[in-house]
Amino acid sequence: MADLVSDDLCMTFTNPQTGAAVEALKDINFTLKKGELLSVLGPSGCGKTTLLNMIAGFINPTSGNVALGGNVIEGPGVERGMVFQQGALFEWLPVSKNVDFGLRMKKTDKAESEALVEKWLDIVGLQGFGDTPTYQLSGGMQQRVALARCLVNDPDVILMDEPLGALDALTREKMQSLVLELWKETGKTIMIITHSVEEALLLGERLFVMAPRPGRIHKEYNLPFAERGLKESLRDIKQDAHFSEVREEILTMIWNMEEEIMGRA
Amino acid sequence: MLNWLSDHRASIAAVIILLLVIGFVYSIYVGRKQTKLRSKDEVFGDPERTRGGWYWSLCGISALMLVWFYFSWGIGRAYFPDAANEMCQIAKLEEAVSPIKAALPIGSRYYKSTTLVARNANQLAVIEAQLPTAAFTSDEQAQLTKIIGSTRRLLAVSSDPANQSQASRDQLTSLSSDIEALSAKLRQGPGDRTPSAEALAQPRWGTTHIEIPLLPETAKGILFDEVAVSAKEVAKTFNKIRNNPPANEAIIAETRAEIDAIKAANKSGSFDEDTAATRNAYVKSVERIFKRLDDGHIFPAASLDGVNAAIADLDDAKGEAKGGLGIVDALFFPGDGVVKSRTQCTEQSSGRWLPKPTDVVATFFRLANPDIESGGGFKGTTLLWWKWLPIGDVFAFFTPDWIADILPGEYARHSADGTVTPNFKDGVLAFAQGDINLGSVPMLDGHIWDSLFRVLVALGLGILLGVPLGIYMGVSRFFKSFFDPLIELYRPVPPLAWAPLILTIFGIQDDGKIFLLFMVAFAIMVISARTGASGTQLTKIRASHSLGASDGQILRNVILPNALPEILTGIRIAVGVCWGTLVAAEMLAGTTGVGFIENVARTVSDYELIWVTILIMGLLGLAFDLMMRWVIGKLIPWRGKG
Repeated sequence: MADLVSDDLCMTFTNPQTGAAVEALKDINFTLKKGELLSVLGPSGCGKTTLLNMIAGFINPTSGNVALGGNVIEGPGVERGMVFQQGALFEWLPVSKNVDFGLRMKKTDKAESEALVEKWLDIVGLQGFGDTPTYQLSGGMQQRVALARCLVNDPDVILMDEPLGALDALTREKMQSLVLELWKETGKTIMIITHSVEEALLLGERLFVMAPRPGRIHKEYNLPFAERGLKESLRDIKQDAHFSEVREEILTMIWNMEEEIMGRA
Repeated sequence: MLNWLSDHRASIAAVIILLLVIGFVYSIYVGRKQTKLRSKDEVFGDPERTRGGWYWSLCGISALMLVWFYFSWGIGRAYFPDAANEMCQIAKLEEAVSPIKAALPIGSRYYKSTTLVARNANQLAVIEAQLPTAAFTSDEQAQLTKIIGSTRRLLAVSSDPANQSQASRDQLTSLSSDIEALSAKLRQGPGDRTPSAEALAQPRWGTTHIEIPLLPETAKGILFDEVAVSAKEVAKTFNKIRNNPPANEAIIAETRAEIDAIKAANKSGSFDEDTAATRNAYVKSVERIFKRLDDGHIFPAASLDGVNAAIADLDDAKGEAKGGLGIVDALFFPGDGVVKSRTQCTEQSSGRWLPKPTDVVATFFRLANPDIESGGGFKGTTLLWWKWLPIGDVFAFFTPDWIADILPGEYARHSADGTVTPNFKDGVLAFAQGDINLGSVPMLDGHIWDSLFRVLVALGLGILLGVPLGIYMGVSRFFKSFFDPLIELYRPVPPLAWAPLILTIFGIQDDGKIFLLFMVAFAIMVISARTGASGTQLTKIRASHSLGASDGQILRNVILPNALPEILTGIRIAVGVCWGTLVAAEMLAGTTGVGFIENVARTVSDYELIWVTILIMGLLGLAFDLMMRWVIGKLIPWRGKG
């Protein structure tokens, strides 16, 4: 039972000079079952990245906790892999050395790690790029390396922080298919933060729409599109009436939230 | 081979200069053509416009070399090899007549007599006004005023043409005709005078430490030399001429007696200490001016006009006799020309402090010659060579003697039969002192190596200690806050300001210099490593945490490579600063090194040597920098692309 369980999670940031407190997250409760695909959406400042950082263990909650498979998260760990917006690759290493970074840190046997790297480069579509310096890769290829680097470590949960935000539309669509494929093939729990409504719908078996001040889960959806995306073309799904309906609903919701923030400010 | 090159340096320079001129003109031709060609596809500000352009490099280098050749008189020497010798003979004439010129407006604006009259009249006025009335009786005051008045009369009498002594009139007239005779001789031209064998056997211009051959080698030179010899005699005669007007004799005798009377009164009278001192001092100053005026140095102004005109005419004759040499002098010997002083003729101005490129190369090869016996090297050390280094010395350097002392047991004692059997403890001591023969390894040696060695050791230590500290300062609040004030306090002090202190504490040999350079390198390495470490992107750190790396692994595998560009840039800066500091430190103290050579060269005004050391330093610095650039390109190809 490697479920991700958030229990009354709260995070308050305090300005050390003024003492002013901001409630970034308040009373977040959810359970993400093993193998579920969750996308998180919300206006800027709603605390979605904070939530991800807490699950990754980079920051500790003010109160409450997140637990993975019953173990309360207290710091970063290999069972929770991260993929960042800009890839965060090590530019002084070639592709294969980036991918096997986690294995080398664990001092895995060389032949074994070589095979693993080979396999994952194959899966993300980068066969033959092992010796290429990462700074020579395009943005999409860099994100593929970042995915492989994360997956080669065999984490239970994959946390993605706006992983496709910096890509052009075409590359983005290809990468969305890749994420769905990986989800299906590996059966990993995946949590994706995004600010594209379409992407959230396509890559979310479940979808949280978060609201700001205090950061909270405003509405939750269970959607069929990710499952369908495995078989159908993503572009066809986007034409679907149901898809458009949900998209408009969420867009209006977020739009109103933004209005409210502007009004308050 | 080298000797042949050295003896023919003037002709070699002539060829090189020709090539430089061709290169200069050709590069401008190519450059203009290329500029026209490219101006179509490149807009102003496009960085591509800086690519290539070897022709402008050629243009710059040949222009620089030509300027160097020109101002060092290299062009003059290459194409007019006899000019300096002839100019030397003219300088001899200049030197010979300089005592006469010094007394005339032609050499020093005023007649010497005018200057003397003006100065002495001023001083008499000052002294008269300063008469200490308290120290002298009124009679004595009157007496002193009278002495001053008489002295002033001497000035007037000497300056009056009516009073001029007949002897001096005759002497000056004869002197003028002597000078005119010299001018006439110059105007006759050199004719077919032939140089002596001795003169022809002299070393050529610039090939030995005697810069310019002294004896005349051309007909024109011989003429000037002969005139110079005669002119020397004329000048001697001139120096002996005195104007002692008969009218002065009575005044001088009377004043002399009056001064003696007052001096006698000073001696015999009983005054208190201060008064006595005042009286003596005043009388002495009056007497000093009087003595200056009783020896006939002042002539009536018009009496020297004849000599002045004769000397002016001699200058004209000299110019005429110079002929084409005058133009060569003006065009190719910028500055003050050749000057004769005492026993040799020397180049002046830029010809003096800017050695010719060929001479610099010759001096460099003389220094670079590793055979000290045959005059190579500098002060008993080669420039850059190798030697056998006993391995025992290397170990001894790293093994302090006290290691032997703390071993259990006693050192060996001599036994009853008068022999000493060394025990283990003695053996260790011998090892620590380098007395064990372990064979030798070849090792670099020489002034350049000594300088390099100091920089490299200091830099190595600076990197070894500075980089880890800098990295920790980039990631740890304790390290940053604890060490920051310490380093920031000593770093801004110019390294040379530390030098006197460090050299006193650690000695003037390698230790002190290495420590000084270490201080420089350490601060730079700490700061660059720290900047590099603290500039690591947070996402990379977080990514490596999530990939299961431990803190140590992150330091080694993420933060260190991330800081590498900054560290290498730091090394590049540190090399430059260390190099500069080292040379200055070697100039302060020491017996080897490039800076030492320059310091010695400075004290003996050996400009060629100074330029050689400057060039060595420049080239080594350039080599360092090129190497570092290459290393940076090899080690961090991702720079600016991450």
